[in-house]
Amino acid sequence: MAALHIKKGSTKHSAYNLRPNFSDTKERHTLAVMVDNEPGVLARVIGLFSGRGYNIESLTVAEVDHMGHHSRITIVTEGTPQVIEQIKAQLGRIVPVHGVHDLTVEGATVERELALVKVASSGDKRVEALRLADIFRANAVDSTLESFVFQITGTPEKIDAFVDLMRPLGLVEVARTGVAALSRGI
Amino acid sequence: MKRQMTGAKMVVQALKDQGVDVVFGYPGGAVLPIYDEIFLQNDIRHVLVRHEQGAVHAAEGYARSTGKPGVVLVTSGPGATNAVTGLTDALLDSIPIVVLTGQVPTFMIGSDAFQEADTVGITRSCTKHNWLVKDTEKLSGTIHEAFHVAKSGRPGPVLVDIPKDVQFANGTYVEPKKVEVSHYQPQTKGDMDAIVELVEAIESAKKPIFYTGGGVINSGPAASQLLRELVEATGFPITSTLMGLGAYPASGDSWLGMLGMHGLYEANMAMHDCDLMINVGARFDDRITGRLDAFSPKSKKAHIDIDPSSINKVIRIDIPIVGDVGHVLEDLLKVWKSRGRKTNKEALIGWWKQIDSWKEIDCLKFKQEGKIIKPQYALSRLEELTKGHDRYVCTEVGQHQMWAAQYLGFEDPNRWMTSGGLGTMGYGMPASIGIQMAHPDSLVINVAGEASWLMNMQEMGTAVQFRLPVKQFILNNERLGMVRQWQELLHGERYSQSWSEALPDFVKLAEAFGAKGIRCDDPDDLDDAIMEMINYDGPVIFDCLVEKHENCFPMIPSGEPHNKMLLGDANTQDAIGNSGAVLV
Repeated sequence: MAALHIKKGSTKHSAYNLRPNFSDTKERHTLAVMVDNEPGVLARVIGLFSGRGYNIESLTVAEVDHMGHHSRITIVTEGTPQVIEQIKAQLGRIVPVHGVHDLTVEGATVERELALVKVASSGDKRVEALRLADIFRANAVDSTLESFVFQITGTPEKIDAFVDLMRPLGLVEVARTGVAALSRGI
Repeated sequence: MKRQMTGAKMVVQALKDQGVDVVFGYPGGAVLPIYDEIFLQNDIRHVLVRHEQGAVHAAEGYARSTGKPGVVLVTSGPGATNAVTGLTDALLDSIPIVVLTGQVPTFMIGSDAFQEADTVGITRSCTKHNWLVKDTEKLSGTIHEAFHVAKSGRPGPVLVDIPKDVQFANGTYVEPKKVEVSHYQPQTKGDMDAIVELVEAIESAKKPIFYTGGGVINSGPAASQLLRELVEATGFPITSTLMGLGAYPASGDSWLGMLGMHGLYEANMAMHDCDLMINVGARFDDRITGRLDAFSPKSKKAHIDIDPSSINKVIRIDIPIVGDVGHVLEDLLKVWKSRGRKTNKEALIGWWKQIDSWKEIDCLKFKQEGKIIKPQYALSRLEELTKGHDRYVCTEVGQHQMWAAQYLGFEDPNRWMTSGGLGTMGYGMPASIGIQMAHPDSLVINVAGEASWLMNMQEMGTAVQFRLPVKQFILNNERLGMVRQWQELLHGERYSQSWSEALPDFVKLAEAFGAKGIRCDDPDDLDDAIMEMINYDGPVIFDCLVEKHENCFPMIPSGEPHNKMLLGDANTQDAIGNSGAVLV
């Protein structure tokens, strides 16, 4: 019942905490899905989203426990509260899924994304790109006389802002990892 | 003791250890090692079907009529793809089946080998879970886990894909008890606070109704028994979905009949007007709810379901209880009894008075006049002449299916097998084979339409080969009856492609298969013909020629709520509006 945030053995809450009225406004939620790292598990999760018509804004996945073969999938999705609840319940039904955590409702979270940003320019533009990278605490991880590759870490919004600033300064291409997230505190 | 054996032998050993007594299947190149092992033993019977789709539906019939998982064995490529319809059918109706497929050897996977298909990829979205086993060491454990997943929680179909080299290689066999405990353990006990809340609602409800579904059947016979006790003790009316028929007996005092699109008037009206709806193992399917924004507007709704994703999926629930129907009903009865078995008796009398007035409409009435058999009459006579028998009924999909649900009465669970969620034409003929295999001495009847029946008629060969005395009761209107009915109501009576020009002579067809054929086109001969079918010791195709343009009523037109039912032909003009026409 991890998908429903009910502590094991708890009788305080009903089995399904969906009493509040559903609204029609769309919300953005970050979900952490703990899965067995077995073949096809990512296809099951993605197939669920496409088959039932849910949105994926960002998705990251990697094995986080090599001994236990457990992977953590972080999904950023958007939908009405009812759809979000459906997504969590549907994810919870997948056999190799051990737990679904809605980080957006479970308290404060740290969300980070990493991006590599290639910028090609010369003269003032090149100097300005480097100055802005410094302000954003982006590091140059590759450099030629005509280009930089910056590595930037932060929230998706911060990366969006940095990429927008690089556009007039000779932006060539961007690679982003998607969001990784953890809840704050213990 | 650890036992070394080939993967093929492991498959058969694992099936034996899981208590499997019959397998439905069809051999082919990629499963030959397993078929060799089947040849070398006598514990498991193998039923050779004529098409892999038939094997899966037969396994569904077996599973639904016994409560045990049905088992299918087919080859790679086309064997697996032919199983897809049956898998999807079992997924939508929550039927536990285990499908074993052969696969090309591991070193050839991905090379577009002969009869290679990405079976786990293709079946990922039509199984509860599936596995490709690439290591013989993991084979027995995976098969045991497959049975566990198929049976646990909300049951469903699973598939294990076994490459041919894995079948040949040696490995260690692990017995079911020794397999690592699966983390997949769905919650079965309901939340006590929610159960108490439901008891409080039961104590004060003025117009309550039980709305039950296939979950009660899946939970096992004990759940049906508890449901009966609860219904009798409270005196509340009860209706059921197509999938739940038999959980409460049709002869019971509180029975309102089936609800939904072709459900009974009193059942649908009571659903619309109730003030407490207790959903027990049903899922608010669109065939049940009709128009969502007008669905039972005045009621408090409780929902007992083992699948959390069923709750609040389409209908807002006031009292949600996640758990197995049997466990929850047991706790519910305990709490309700300990609090003094209270109900609002005075209000209930008024509620039943209201229900009785709806019953007076007698929505299933029909007139058998003249020399043409009405389908309703045929099923009424079938009911009358077979109801005392140890009887199992399955159906195909269409008008005949709805008439069977309306005019046949089911007294016990597991006696009624039909394709509800997916609506698979061609389900019934092979399903009857699976049911008869499980219950060799019982009367097994497949109520069919001639069009559905033709979709898997090749399985008559299976019935004859295995001496399964299945009775194929075909209501033959030479039409795709339900399609024709919708074209009449929705598409200006333009009957596009909905009749059959060149039907076979079903009596000669029966004889060609080595079965018995009976034709009846006269209401006066019907009883004798049905008796002849029942008394014949062998498979029968009964060609019952019925009224060609009969429509199935009552009917909630698509896009309408429960209280806007059509009762008969008189009031069907423009019954379905433009918004309803886009719905299915």
